[in-house]
Amino acid sequence: MKNIYLDHAATTPVSERAFEAMKPYFLNVFGNANSQHVFGREAAKGLSEARQKVADAIGAKPSEIYFTSCGTEADNWAIKGAAMEYATKGKHIITSVIEHPAVYTTCKQLESLGYEVTYLPVDGEGFVSVDDLEKAIRPDTILASIMFANNEIGTIEPIKELAAVCKKHGVIFHTDAVQATGAIRYDVKDLNVDMLSMSAHKFYGPKGMGALYIRNGLKMGKLITGGEQERSRRGGTSNVAGAVGMAEALTEAMETLESDAAYVASLRDRFVKRVLEEIDDIYYNGPKDASKRLPNNSNFSFRFIEGESILFSLDLAGISASSGSACSSASLDPSRTLLSIGVPVGTAHGSIRFSFGKHNTVEEVDYTVDQLVSIVKRLREMSPLYKKK
Amino acid sequence: MYNEKVMSVFKNPQNMGEVENYNAIGTVGNEVCGDIMQITMRINDDGVIEDAKFKTFGCAAAVASSSTATSMIIGKTIDDALKLTNKDVITELEGLPPQKIHCSVLAEDAIRAAIDYYEKNKQSK
Repeated sequence: MKNIYLDHAATTPVSERAFEAMKPYFLNVFGNANSQHVFGREAAKGLSEARQKVADAIGAKPSEIYFTSCGTEADNWAIKGAAMEYATKGKHIITSVIEHPAVYTTCKQLESLGYEVTYLPVDGEGFVSVDDLEKAIRPDTILASIMFANNEIGTIEPIKELAAVCKKHGVIFHTDAVQATGAIRYDVKDLNVDMLSMSAHKFYGPKGMGALYIRNGLKMGKLITGGEQERSRRGGTSNVAGAVGMAEALTEAMETLESDAAYVASLRDRFVKRVLEEIDDIYYNGPKDASKRLPNNSNFSFRFIEGESILFSLDLAGISASSGSACSSASLDPSRTLLSIGVPVGTAHGSIRFSFGKHNTVEEVDYTVDQLVSIVKRLREMSPLYKKK
Repeated sequence: MYNEKVMSVFKNPQNMGEVENYNAIGTVGNEVCGDIMQITMRINDDGVIEDAKFKTFGCAAAVASSSTATSMIIGKTIDDALKLTNKDVITELEGLPPQKIHCSVLAEDAIRAAIDYYEKNKQSK
């Protein structure tokens, strides 16, 4: 059997359609989009069309879409830009304990620069409480940043309600929609968020490409200073091919979003059902209500065994999954997200995320369950913590 | 991250389990750190380690270190086994990533703990 990829929350392959759309912008339409000659004008046209498509996909105006080098840059910009711009109003920021490192470590850095950050707790399924957010707001609160959907356990946060509370108190609201975009249909005007981050490679677009939505009229500091690109708000030569690829991938994702999500969720549900039936002593982490969970996400803690040895055993069987977050796989600490939802430290070490994609098949799901059952059995036989029942 | 040797030992570990009628046992590490290693041995009256086995909760490096360390001490005297260091385990595994060095230390510690248990029990008899 060929290798099976079950790590779509880490990244996805570029779609054929996005790849084809990008090609001319590497080879023929190579001009600098800021140049005034014909080469530049052609590139600028591609960039402008890409901006329109991204805007259309999320209900924004093209003038509200700013291309960045990745989702992490978009998150950094939203948070540091607001911190710089509104420092005279206040230095208090609200976020959650389960944010991606792009937001979490950015907030940590701001703390070292004299800002105060409140990290909202989450419940046992990873949900942030709207009440908690409202209670945390102070006169000097300038920004709240809460993720749209969690990368490890798939929790979809009540973004519209969270944004409404911020609006009521005059606090800027940003959401990291890196996992949500392309997987959940949303409209930024309906959500009423001030800023939203996305990343192309999570929805079958290219790596090295992200975007930040900034509501028209919102004053924001700059993260990357330079030339007049991105309406003079983000310097750096435009990655036209990247923007075109992102726009095409997102357009494609939106066209078939409901059917793709239903298919991916059906694979996930089949997987989860079988795993829970066939393996004892496990926790299924994250929301039990599938409507409040990313369609591609599943996350288990396997008691008495350790995550890395599960991952490598899966890898030897040709199955690629993740111990939660690819961004922190070099660290030995258990996941902050899992600890936050109450998974015991020892058990958190034995946690694996399987995230499905539209190219996965039922056969791959069944093969993975079969392999997983024997891997868990073998590692438990090896574990000094496991006592046979 | 791991070299082929480590992966191959992890795939086919030797000496997994518990020695029957062991007279030496050492358990080191803790669940919070993500590694627990238990080594059991049968030591004969001449002080020679006749058999050694491991049970490990931990990463691939911890499993590979346990397997390798137990293989290296079977047939050795206690004195020789005590000379085994984590560096010897790393050499035998042809290297470990820097953040996994502690796994080899755990193997050395588990062997020392098991021999310590044996010595104390012998004295009390």
